[in-house]
Amino acid sequence: MTDSTPSPLDAVQVAHLANLARIALTPEETEKLTGELGVIIESIAKVSEVATPDVPATSHPIRLTNVFRPDVPGETLTVEEALSGAPERDGDRFKVSAILGEEQ
Amino acid sequence: MSELIALTAAALSEKLASREVSSVEVTQAHLDRIAAVDGDIHAFLHVSENALATAAEVDGARKLGAKLNPLAGVPVAIKDVLCTLDMPSTAGSRILEGWVPPYDATVVSKLRAAKLIPLGKTNMDEFAMGSSTEHSAFGPTHNPWDLERIPGGSGGGSAAAVAAFEAPLALGSDTGGSIRQPAAVTGTVGMKPTYGGVSRYGAIALASSLDQVGPVSRTVLDAALLHDVIGGHDPHDSTSLTDDWPSFAEAARTGAASGSLKGVRVGVVKELGGEGFQAGVSERFAEALEVMAAAGAEIVEVSAPSFTYAVAAYYLILPAEASSNLAKFDSVRFGLRVNPKGGGTVEDVMAATREAGFGPEVKRRIILGTYALSAGYYDAYYGSAQKVRTLIQRDFASAFEKADVLVSPAAPTTAFKLGEKLEDPLSMYLNDVTTIPANLAGVPGMGLPMGLAAEDGLPTGIQIMAPAHEDARIYNVGATLEALLEQSWGHTLMSRAPGHPSAEGGKK
Amino acid sequence: MSSAELMDFDKALELFEPMLGFEVHVELNTKTKMFSSAPNPAAPGADAGEPNTMVTPVCLGLPGSLPVVNEQAIRYSISLGLALGCEIAPSSRFARKNYFYPDLAKNYQISQFDEPIAHDGAVDVELANGKTFRIEIERAHMEEDAGKLTHVGGSTGRIQGAEYSLVDYNRAGVPLVEIVTKMIPGAEQDAPELAKAYVAVIRDIVVSLGISEARMERGNLRCDANISLSPRGSGKLGTRTETKNVNSLRSVERSIRYEIQRQAAILHAGGTITQETRHWHEDTGATSAGRPKSDADDYRYFPEPDLLPVEPSKALIEELRAALPEPPAERRKRLKDSWGFTDLEFQDVVNSGLLVEVESTVAAGASPAQARKWWTGEIARLANAGSVDPSSLVSPADVAALVGLVESGELTDRLARQVLEGVIAGEGTPSEVVEKRGLKVVSDDGALIAAIDEALASQPDILAKIRDGKVQAAGAVIGAVMKAMRGQADAARVRELVLERANSSSS
Repeated sequence: MTDSTPSPLDAVQVAHLANLARIALTPEETEKLTGELGVIIESIAKVSEVATPDVPATSHPIRLTNVFRPDVPGETLTVEEALSGAPERDGDRFKVSAILGEEQ
Repeated sequence: MSELIALTAAALSEKLASREVSSVEVTQAHLDRIAAVDGDIHAFLHVSENALATAAEVDGARKLGAKLNPLAGVPVAIKDVLCTLDMPSTAGSRILEGWVPPYDATVVSKLRAAKLIPLGKTNMDEFAMGSSTEHSAFGPTHNPWDLERIPGGSGGGSAAAVAAFEAPLALGSDTGGSIRQPAAVTGTVGMKPTYGGVSRYGAIALASSLDQVGPVSRTVLDAALLHDVIGGHDPHDSTSLTDDWPSFAEAARTGAASGSLKGVRVGVVKELGGEGFQAGVSERFAEALEVMAAAGAEIVEVSAPSFTYAVAAYYLILPAEASSNLAKFDSVRFGLRVNPKGGGTVEDVMAATREAGFGPEVKRRIILGTYALSAGYYDAYYGSAQKVRTLIQRDFASAFEKADVLVSPAAPTTAFKLGEKLEDPLSMYLNDVTTIPANLAGVPGMGLPMGLAAEDGLPTGIQIMAPAHEDARIYNVGATLEALLEQSWGHTLMSRAPGHPSAEGGKK
Repeated sequence: MSSAELMDFDKALELFEPMLGFEVHVELNTKTKMFSSAPNPAAPGADAGEPNTMVTPVCLGLPGSLPVVNEQAIRYSISLGLALGCEIAPSSRFARKNYFYPDLAKNYQISQFDEPIAHDGAVDVELANGKTFRIEIERAHMEEDAGKLTHVGGSTGRIQGAEYSLVDYNRAGVPLVEIVTKMIPGAEQDAPELAKAYVAVIRDIVVSLGISEARMERGNLRCDANISLSPRGSGKLGTRTETKNVNSLRSVERSIRYEIQRQAAILHAGGTITQETRHWHEDTGATSAGRPKSDADDYRYFPEPDLLPVEPSKALIEELRAALPEPPAERRKRLKDSWGFTDLEFQDVVNSGLLVEVESTVAAGASPAQARKWWTGEIARLANAGSVDPSSLVSPADVAALVGLVESGELTDRLARQVLEGVIAGEGTPSEVVEKRGLKVVSDDGALIAAIDEALASQPDILAKIRDGKVQAAGAVIGAVMKAMRGQADAARVRELVLERANSSSS
């Protein structure tokens, strides 16, 4: 991950990000977002000013480690509970339309 | 029955325990209140159909002499970010409209086990993203103090419900101030626990490393009583703490009784005040400091230079985590499904669903978060923000060497008008400037009333923060301050609310 | 799908140097899943189960659900890392790998990114020709499996052309350890065999550790094979392809061989290799291109905020290290010696990838010689005919039972082969098949004598011939009896009885 000052955000990038995030933005939304995000990113970019190499990153506010649970089976949902929210189902499985991409 | 709705949860608890009133009466009184005012306030997205039945059960148990939690039989409103088996849980979003989860959040299970009466689900900014509740997909909530104004956000519904006497208690969630800032602008009390102090299992996630569930009420003691019910370790939440928490109600009672802040060092954070703060807010804050000093507190000024980067770091960390947390809303297992015209692949369906189901603020933050995490940008954005977090923790640590608690206004202004800040996301984000640092560091913070602003007569709130794990200290000091302020005013703040039943005589 | 041009394997090796890399996913056989207490379908004896019956809110990625790490999975992962000769990280973290796919309940997989639990190890792999390769392990990390998709409506049951798909999340959340090798040069013409032998060694290790059922045909062990060709003398690395859907040891070997041939043909004709994931088809013996990936590899990894760092104590690591079974090479030596096999016999077993099966069969009570005979003989023959691994046809327990029936005289060798067919066809255990099909050897002397009498009735002078010393005349009787009894008799016993008759009766 090369890391010089990132270039400003343009509409092409926003469209790419929307695709990564699976949101079918309209062209108007893409344009509006590009403007709004540009302003926001400018103001938050200042974090890199103080984020010097000697400062470690914190991803958890609390210092816990080794939080585990025993390998003991617990309650499962019934099939009906599991499928209860399914927008479409076929028997006991969730139904989706044809898939374009390959599994990773 | 209007007197019942004006009572605090603690007072209701006493009346219920002595059998002076039944839970059915109390619950009915609140349901009536909701019916009377919620058309204007719109605090609730869903009112429970089971409330009276549950109340009757609790009354039955009490008659049999069961040993009950102090809050048994007391109604409580639940922010719609929490999963409830028997009520829809939408997180304020169209993408979850009508979704009824097959499980209860841990805090909801605890409420039920303690036999509180769930009244309904309250309105919120969509997926807790916002400071005004205007980003709810189901319409905004109106501030009971002035219906043309916002009630704060994201937990405006819970705060308004409590401020409008529709419920004595509510549950909220706080990621950057969503409990504390609404408390400030509605004249109520809201507490964000130490990160991990209350289980997040079943709370629809916004930013996993920042979210906490907490109590919303009209008094410090009430918040403490509710916190006692919902807090504690949960094996379903790896980030939940194993602390053996003391009784917060006791801490509050002790604080209220003491009347003195002798020996308490109160730190005023330089970076959490000054320019950008409404004059009336700063005035009330200065007075609150005087009240504390007069009660024996030592007021010290502390500096936390990294706090000036807090909002920036927050608006990198939150969108990044949220963009990942919200990926699960994809039309497959639950929630909305939109089939594009002419059909399409599952990728098309996902994209069309998320386009239709998410509001503009949510889309904004998802795109921002996706950007912050993407290849080539991680170090400059997300990675840097996590470093700012370290600096903020360090600043808190050194501040807490000089002070026992830190204070600031809980919001920079009083409630602004609906629509005022909608077109300027950045100015909306600045509403959280005083509350965000506590979430980044994981320390607890409370918002409680500090008086009405002179220029508009609207509530202002003070924030009290303590070191991580020292939630009891906040209840203690907060209860003392609350008592002192009420003494100095000669009344409670909420007694001056437009919606206060005694003030009405039919008026809403 | 048009068939690709393939260069002759030896010619390909002349022109190009193959570089290999493997990512093997091992499904752990813990009782519960990696991040939820739902029962694990990869546990021993667990069933695949009816769809969506082994799920909790966590498995379905329901809003509000949170992961909690399975302690046993941590122990198993550390043990595996140690068995692979790896360093165990004093602190490792989980990370989110973000991408959208319907079998991925949260649309991110909880995995490990730059802080895997184990790293920098090596395994030694012996080939049939006696060469030993040291394969360096880059890392082993923990992650969760995805659910299962069934594609409906197309002609092949694959994704292309399907009308819709159905999702079952039973498998979602099964604990996985992914073992990634460093790039492997120098295999040369042994590449296909090395690939297979490496996977067999991994299989050996996880089975002897007891941490996985390791049944490739069930997906307990999955191998993604990476291969690139470097033109000899160029010093330049080639573009690699990754081949998935390699569900047997047999497929591992075949797919590597195929890819070498395919890539060589393209490169030699002046073309370029597309960096892509390819899909192996055992039926056609070829790989096909996967669908193009539009997102490239931007998984936007970041540390999993819902989980805390894993910091195994030195004491735990040493405890697990002390409990490790012997390393594969030692184990093989011990088994060979205890079984009394010659080098050739033992190699035969190893090369067929049947060490685990033979060992388990011996453990279940069969003699090593019989175990080897059946596995490398009849079972391997049937497997080959069906293009599958022998281990997928029948369990060691059943083979041991079969051997037992032969050794006790209940079955002849010939009958046993029929019983084996029945077991493979799913008719039951060997005893059950014997019952159902009525294949038991008749051991009742009375029945045999009756059959002998009947046979003699039509050939009365045989007894006289035998008494005269022409013992081989008994053969006709024996043959007749065996025919009448449809093979369900012990020929040796029949012969004994015939001779007894001859010597005891007076004509």
